[in-house]
Order: sequence, then structure tokens, then C-alpha cells
Amino acid sequence: MSETSAVVDPLTAALPRVSPWMRLGRRALGHHGFMAGALVLGAIVLLALFAPLLAPHDPYAQDVSLRLIPPVWDAKGSWDHVFGTDKLGRDYLSRLIYGARISLMIGGLAALISGLIGTALGVAAGYFGGKVDAAISYLITTRLSMPVVLVALAVASLVGGSLKIVILVLGFLLWDRFAVVTRVATQQIRHAEYIAAAQCIGASTWRIVVSEILPNILNALIVVATLEMAHAILLEATLSFLGLGVPPPEPSWGLMIAEGKQYMFFKPWVIVIPGVALLVLVLAINLLGDGVRDVTAPENRN
Amino acid sequence: MLNFALRRVAVAFCVAFTVAVFSFFLLHLSGDLATAIAGAESSAAQIEQIRVQFGLDQPIATQFVEWLWKAMYLDFGRSFYFQDQVTTLIAGRLGVTMTLGGLSLGFALLIAIPLGVLAAIKRDTWVDRVALTISVFGQAMPSFWFALTLILIFAVNLRWLPVSGSGTWQHFVMPVIALGTYAMPAIMRLTRNGMLDVLSSDYIRTARAKGLRTGTVLFKHALRNAVIPVVGLAAVQLGFMLGGSIVIETIFSLHGLGHLAWEAISRNDYPVVQAVVLLLSVVYIFVTLVADLLNAALDPRMRSN
Repeated sequence: MSETSAVVDPLTAALPRVSPWMRLGRRALGHHGFMAGALVLGAIVLLALFAPLLAPHDPYAQDVSLRLIPPVWDAKGSWDHVFGTDKLGRDYLSRLIYGARISLMIGGLAALISGLIGTALGVAAGYFGGKVDAAISYLITTRLSMPVVLVALAVASLVGGSLKIVILVLGFLLWDRFAVVTRVATQQIRHAEYIAAAQCIGASTWRIVVSEILPNILNALIVVATLEMAHAILLEATLSFLGLGVPPPEPSWGLMIAEGKQYMFFKPWVIVIPGVALLVLVLAINLLGDGVRDVTAPENRN
Repeated sequence: MLNFALRRVAVAFCVAFTVAVFSFFLLHLSGDLATAIAGAESSAAQIEQIRVQFGLDQPIATQFVEWLWKAMYLDFGRSFYFQDQVTTLIAGRLGVTMTLGGLSLGFALLIAIPLGVLAAIKRDTWVDRVALTISVFGQAMPSFWFALTLILIFAVNLRWLPVSGSGTWQHFVMPVIALGTYAMPAIMRLTRNGMLDVLSSDYIRTARAKGLRTGTVLFKHALRNAVIPVVGLAAVQLGFMLGGSIVIETIFSLHGLGHLAWEAISRNDYPVVQAVVLLLSVVYIFVTLVADLLNAALDPRMRSN
């Protein structure tokens, strides 16, 4: 008897309590891609937020005597202009820091608008099924068959490119993936028992959608949001590069590449630096999205 | 199968019609076309003259019916800028873009499928990680910037290829790489995941248990099934690439449809813009239709919807 009392009773022993949120947090901390993406994106967001404090120069201040100074790692570079200057003598680093604001704002707002449109359509199609589903699926197919870059360029050209127009055009064009994913996700849980239970206690459709369906498809929604944010950032850069996005003198990264294009044969850094900035930002957002998918649904990991 | 095919074709026609409606009204409602064509500094009388000349004074419904009626006979009217029929312009440029699109898709498939298969076979090894890294970078790279970087490396520094223009096969090398890289990551990921699914299935275990050679199992049994979804994705990617060709053709001065679209957009030559939007959409609809029918023929389960 005395020997058995030394053994810990498995039923009454105090186990360390691990809440689901803690488990999620631990999985996130252990996911290299997620952490790398989150850290880099966080750093870029901070740069954008505190741009006036961090930028060493005025991003719009022109000085023709300081044209096309090479970056600091070049023999002729100096620490005064770490990434050099552009063709109008504007400090490249400062323009890069302010440019992060444009990319993040366009990415975020376009993803928000398209997310609202796409989620509303997708959830409606998945929840109601039947004719509603057929109509919305038809709308998705139609939208998918229109070339995004071409339509965005044509509209921006007719209306005149500006920050607001780019956000609206992309917001109204990029909702398709939100709709496709939320439609399937809603279909999958449409006949789950907790939805039936909510219907039995008389919950309204609106209430079921908001408090039962949306929380359960949230992880898929976040993954698509990161993808579309990255997509919108790349499209804004493309539109600005072609001269129909954000107009000069705004420091859009795509516009910086367009302005540097004519000098790139002799001074390649004028296109390399903003290009790398775009690459790093989009990479961070994509890694974060992949990470969210792995962390919230480890059983689906491949 | 016939029933499915007929229904699918009918839907494709309806979608094409809806796209025509959308693209027409989108361009007509996003601004005053007569002012856009005439330019900002022209007088009210000039704008009015253009409005009458191009039939823009008619009710929009009349304009639409007339445009659609002619479009069915492949008559998209005259270009405002090029002094030529839109159809003639497009016919002259179509070859370059189709060559570019076809070669780019071929390039993407040629890299993505072997890489995806290899990543799946060597799962969680360095091969898998390299393949994944390539796909992650490929997805994050702005294609116009990648194109400029290719020019810097292969045309300026190494002098292997011409910077831009069209004419010889060398002019197509960099555009094909730039456009193909854009489509590659998605195809690679799908091949890899499809291959992983198939490799863990029962019939592959049976094939292995029978003592078949690894090569036979992988290529005769596994790959065939893993590649079926890639057919659908390749069709979708081809559509995206035709849309993306506007950027790539502009950078490399390849005189294809994308370049034409760019010139037309920057000059408010909207009959050309409308025709190109409609044409690219119809190509996309057609290609995805073919892929769907092909899938249904290969796999009867796909005929249900």
C-alpha cells in the first residue's frame, strides 16, 4: 500500500493547464516562416508608421546638384544618402520609407474592400445554396475571365490614376478568391450540428452567419486576405510602373522603378533597391499567410 | 458526357456575353469618352464634333447593341489612333502573343512539374526546401521588375540576348522566362501536393507491394493521376499570362496584343481596348472550357456539376 501511494494518481494530478490560445501561440512561435514573415512585416509597418521620424531627409525635396548619388556600398557613396539619390536628387532611403506607406495602405484597403465583397458573396452562396449559389458562381466565373491588369489599366486611364482610384479599382476587382474560398468553407460547415442547433433555438440567419459561420472560416479568410494584400501591392506597383497608378511625385515603389528605368543600364541600383523592397514586403506577407494556414490547421499541412 | 459538354458550352457563351456587357459599360461609364479622346485642351465644339463622329451622342443602349452586333461578325470598328480596322490590328498582333503565351506556359510546365514531383518524392529534404523556396520567391517577385533584372543580367552584362524588340527567337527568351516564372509557383505547388496525396493512396501501396519498379510506380501510376488537376490550373494560368503579357510585352517592346493594348490604353483608343479585353476574356473562357471538357473526359467524377 505504501508503495502505490507514491505513484501519482493520473486523475487528480494537477496538469499544467494549456488553453487553446496558448497552444496556437506555441505553434506560431515554433513556425519559422510565420515568425520571419511577422517580424519583417512588423518592421515595415513600424517604418511606415514612424516615417516622418525615421526618414533622414524630406522624400519630396529636390536638389539637382545631388542627382543620382550612388548608395553607401559604392566607392562614391556616402552615409548622408545611404541608398543614394534619384534623378531629381531626392534621397532614396527616405522615399523608400514613405513608399512603404503607399504599398501598405493600398494593400490593406484593397484587401479590406475586396474581402467585404467576396466574403458577403461567398458566404451567401455557400449558406443559401441553390439559385443564389448558381448566380454567385456565375458572377465569380465572369469576373475570373476578365484580365485584371488590363481592366485596371483601362479604368485608371479613363478616370485618371490616383491613390484613391487604385484602391477602389483593385478593391472591386480582387474579390474573386475571397468568394471562392469562403463559399467552399461555408458549404463545408453548412450542415454541421452547431449550425442546426443555432437554427433550432431560433437564431436569425444574420446571427448564424456572424457568430457561427464567420468565426469558423476566419482562418481561411485571413490566409486569403494576406494573398490578396500581396497581390494588390504587386498590382499597384505594376500600374504605377506603367504610369497609370499613383502619380508622381508620390514615392510609390513601382513608380520609383519606372523613374529609374532610363538610368538602369549605368546605375542599376535605382531599380534594384525599390524592387528588393517590394520583394521583401510581398515575401513577408506571403510567409505570414502560409504560416497562418499551417498554424491554425496543422492537420492540413502538406 | 454529351449532356455535360453541351451545358458547359452554353454557360461559356453566357459568360462571354456578360463579359462583353461589363467591358462595354465599364469603359463608357468611367468617364466622358469624347472628352478623353479629344484631349483636355480642346474646345467644346471639337468635343461635340467627336461625339457625333463616333456615335457617342446616341443612347448608350443603342451604342451597345450596335457594337455587340458588329462584334459578333468580328467587326470592332475603326481604331481612333491607328487609322486601321481594329480587327486587322489585332490579327497582326495575335501571333506574337499566342507564341509568347504558349512558350511561357510550356516553360512553366517544364520546370514546375519535374520540380514538383521531385519535391514530393524527396519530401522534407533539402530538395523539397529548395523547390519551396523557388516557388515562394517566384510568387513574391514583381514580374516587371524581374524582367528588368533579366535585361540587366543577360542583355547588358553578359550580352547574350537582345535588350528588346521582336524578330528572332532570341527576342523571345527573356519574355518567356519572365512570364513563365509568374505561372510556375502555383503549378509546382499543385503538382507537389497532388503527388503527395497520390503517393499515400492505397493503389500506389498495392503497386509497390506487387514489386513494381519505383520508376514504373511513379510515372505510370502516380504522375498520371497527380497531373489531372494541373490541366485545369494550366488553363487558368494561361489566361493570367495573357493578361500579364501587357506588362512583359511593353518592357521588351514585343509587338503583340499586350503592347497594342498598352498603346491603345495610353491614347484612349477605346474601340481597341474593348476588343482586346473581350478577346482575352474569350480566350480564357475557351481555354478553361477545353480544360473542363478534357478533365471530364479523363475523370467521369468531374461531370457532376
